Order: sequence, then structure tokens, then C-alpha cells
Amino acid sequence: MVQFINMLLIGIGAGSIYALMAIAMVLVWRSTRVINFAQAGMALLSTYIGFELVQKTGNFWIALPLAMILGALFSALVEILLIRTLIKHSTSGPVAGIVPIIATLGLLGFIRAMIGFIWGNQDIQIQPPLSKVGFKFGEETISLSPMNLLVLLSVLAMVLVLGFIFQKTSLGLSLRASAYSPEIAQLAGIRVGAIRTIGWAIAGAAGAAAGLLQTVNGTGAVSPDSLEFSLLLTFGFIAAVIGGLESLPGAVLGAVVLGLVLAAVQIYISGTLVFIVAFALLLLVLLVRPQGFIGTKAGRRA
Amino acid sequence: MSLVVQNLTVDHGAIRAINGVSFTVETGKLSAVIGANGAGKSTLLRTLSGLNKATEGSAQWGEHNLLSGKPESHVRSGVSHVSEGKSVVAELTVEENLDLGALWRRNKKEATETKQQVIELFPRLGERLGQRADTLSGGERQMLAIGRALMSKPNLLLLDEPSLGLAPLVIEQIFQTIRGIVDSMNLTVVLVEQNAMGALKIADTAVVLNLGHVATSGSAADLIADPAVRAAYLGY
Repeated sequence: MVQFINMLLIGIGAGSIYALMAIAMVLVWRSTRVINFAQAGMALLSTYIGFELVQKTGNFWIALPLAMILGALFSALVEILLIRTLIKHSTSGPVAGIVPIIATLGLLGFIRAMIGFIWGNQDIQIQPPLSKVGFKFGEETISLSPMNLLVLLSVLAMVLVLGFIFQKTSLGLSLRASAYSPEIAQLAGIRVGAIRTIGWAIAGAAGAAAGLLQTVNGTGAVSPDSLEFSLLLTFGFIAAVIGGLESLPGAVLGAVVLGLVLAAVQIYISGTLVFIVAFALLLLVLLVRPQGFIGTKAGRRA
Repeated sequence: MSLVVQNLTVDHGAIRAINGVSFTVETGKLSAVIGANGAGKSTLLRTLSGLNKATEGSAQWGEHNLLSGKPESHVRSGVSHVSEGKSVVAELTVEENLDLGALWRRNKKEATETKQQVIELFPRLGERLGQRADTLSGGERQMLAIGRALMSKPNLLLLDEPSLGLAPLVIEQIFQTIRGIVDSMNLTVVLVEQNAMGALKIADTAVVLNLGHVATSGSAADLIADPAVRAAYLGY
């Protein structure tokens, strides 16, 4: 029983961080039809900036929102300086449409190299702001520490705020309309170019949160070639795709399902099977329900 | 204020879609643009709303140069375009589609009033505000597309084939509504139509396009009576 509860706790905890990453991927896909492989690099950069901010302010909970804002600005700049130009230039020829996607791979390498250049290739260490010792129920210690709990609550708060923005505000309506039908949005007077940049900015903030929360939730150590961030990209991407790639609730659902499945494999079978299962799940969903958990068949055409 | 198009030429790559087109529409008038498939009717509207770029010529709506700037800035100058094929966002609700047209408007109170007017004009939309746009019938979608355009409080409305894919009875209703809007709101309308007879019946003036050229133009009544137009476009 304790084992089962631990599985749920670990799965939901990991899934919540994949969810932030998946949300970032979905937002970028919806606004510019680009799969942003640099999302992990951008999250890593934000985590390093968060590390500096923790040093300066001495408080993780001040550093986190600041790092998210800087992550948003960086992401917006990438869209304005790089992606916008590449999309304009890649309208014809054999690689039309995929140039910006390849460019994000280049950007990923570039950011990691820059981080190594600035901060060095050794680990940096971010001190977790809260205890990482699991709560006790009688004799048993469960896999939920105050730190885990606060990470979970932070993600929940962010998802709720995003949901509110998307469903209830004018900005959200502009973002949705521009994603579904840019031309009609434009004819309705929405400045679609600016809305795309805002989509990237929100993705940058979500990615920054994913990077920092994952780091303090884990070992606290980060390096430019961090394996954790490669996994964050992989699992965030898988979650986004099985969730339908178009849908924010889908991304969250995909991430939680992925987190739970991987936790179950890890606890009941073997940790070594985690990757095989993650990719098997991706292939299975693509074969059985290519439009994802939430998503329409038409949505994938683009 | 009137719409003055002069010597307008538009290229799609190597193909000349519009070739030296000139016409004028006076304020408060409904002008039909008719012609066969591929005559350049949609391209004409898309150029006037800023979606396509012109190669040559000019298009003025009063003081406003329609050939410079993006569609989103044209909307702010009172030009609304309902593009071909029921221009609504299928994934959004009816109310969200309406609100979309007024997002850029600063005065939210006025925008709410406009929404009331649109709902009075199209009571069917009022009953379906919370439904997704893709649950509507073809006629209702067309009403929603026109409603969305009206939400931007236009004085020049560009309509691209509102009759496309609709049943004859519904077409009749949509055409009557368009005529009603022109009269009651003092709107200027350019109506592009494949359904030449239906469009000419409600129009004040008309332009007949043929392979990117103006074949003939004049008052709608004259064109209906013109034997050459009847033979070529009205089918009798």
C-alpha cells in the first residue's frame, strides 16, 4: 500500500514538472508551428540565472519568478531575432518549414556551449529552500517531502493561472484564435505577430520554472551537459505529443500519465526499463490515437 | 468617403491574378463583384484587406491607403473582411468569435453595445453563444462570420462569397440580411459572389471580372438588363 502511494506521489511529482515543459512545447508549436528543441537549453540557461539570483537574493522564492521573467524575455528575443526571420525565409525549397526546427537544435548546442563558457563545465549547486526529508506516517516515510509538496503546489498554481489567462482573458482569446486560425485572427484585428512573441514568452517562463523546480526537487546540481535536462526535454516532448500537441490540458494530462507510468515501471519492475517504456508509450499512442489524448484529427494536419 | 480602386494589378508568383482593375464604390452603397471561378474576385478582396500584396495601382478608402499596412491595421481604420468559406474560428464558441472582432477596441462599453446589436440582427447566434462555432449550420456560421466583422464597427465591409455551400433558401436570407445591414448601418459593402443573379438583385452597382480584367461595370439594374451579361453570367 505504501509502495502504491509512493508510486502515485513520485509519478505525479515528476509528471508535474514534465507538464510545465510540455506546456512550453505546446505553446511554441501553437504559435509558430515550431518544435523547440532548444527548450531544454533555454530552461537550463534560466536555471543558471536562477542560481545567480539565489546567490544574490538569498531566497529561492524571489529568484524563481525573476528567473521566469528573464526566461520569458530570452524566449521572446529568440522568436523575434531568429525564428521570425527563419520562418520568413523558409517558405520554399526542399527544407521549407523545417528550417526553424533544425535551427532550434543548433540553438540548443549554442546555449549549452555558452553556459559552459560562462559558468564552467563543473556542477553548480542550488540549495533546496525546504527540507527534502519525506513526511512520516507512523513508522513509514513516504516519498513526499515539504520540497516536493511545494513544487507540486507551485506547478498547480502556474497551471491554474495559465488556464485562467487562456480561457478568461482577452490575451488568452487572442492567443487561442491566433493559434487555431491566424488569418481570421488577423482579419479580426489581432496583431498576430505580437501574439506569437507572447506565446514564446510564456513558454520561456514555463520552461524556466520547469528547470529550476526540477533542479531543487532533485539533487540541486546542474551542469551544462546535464542529463536531467535532456530527460526533461525528452519527457516534456513525449508528454506534449501524447497529449495532442495542440492542447494545454492535453499536455498536462500527457505529462501526468507519463509520470505515473514511469513511476510504476520504476517501482514495480525496474528503473532500467524507464526509457524503453517512455518511448514505447509514445509509439503506442501515435499508432493507436495519433491525434493524442486530447486533440482533433484536423489539428495535426498543419 | 468612397472606395476608389485604380489600375490595381496583383501577381501570384508568375501568374497575374488581377490586371489593371479600376472601380469606385460610393459610401453607403453595395457593390457586387461577379465573375467566373478564377476571375480574381477573392484576390481582389484579399488585396483590399491587406492579406495579399499589390504589384501596381492604388486603392483608397477615403484618406486611408488600403495597399499599405497589415490587415490588423486596416480593421482599425474601419475595413472588415469576411474571407471565403465561413470565416469563423471553429474551435472557439460563438460568443468568443464575436468578441474576437472587438478585442482591439478600447471602449469595452461600446463593444458590448455592438454585440447586442449583432445579436438583435442574428437572434440565432444569441441562442447559441456558448456553443462551439463548428456545431453551427452553414448559414449560422456565415451569420457569425458577418457578425464577427460587424463587431469591429466597420464602415467598409468586404464579403467573400457568403452564399458558398448554402441552401437556396438560406442564401436568399443571407442576401436580404446583407442588404438590410447596408441600409440600416450606412455601411459600404463590396460583395464578391459566384451567385451572380442573387448578388445583382441586392446590389446598387456591380463590377464583372473576367480573367483579372474588368469586363464591364455599371449599375446593377443595367447589368441585369444587359444581354451580354445575361448570356455570360446569369445563364439565360
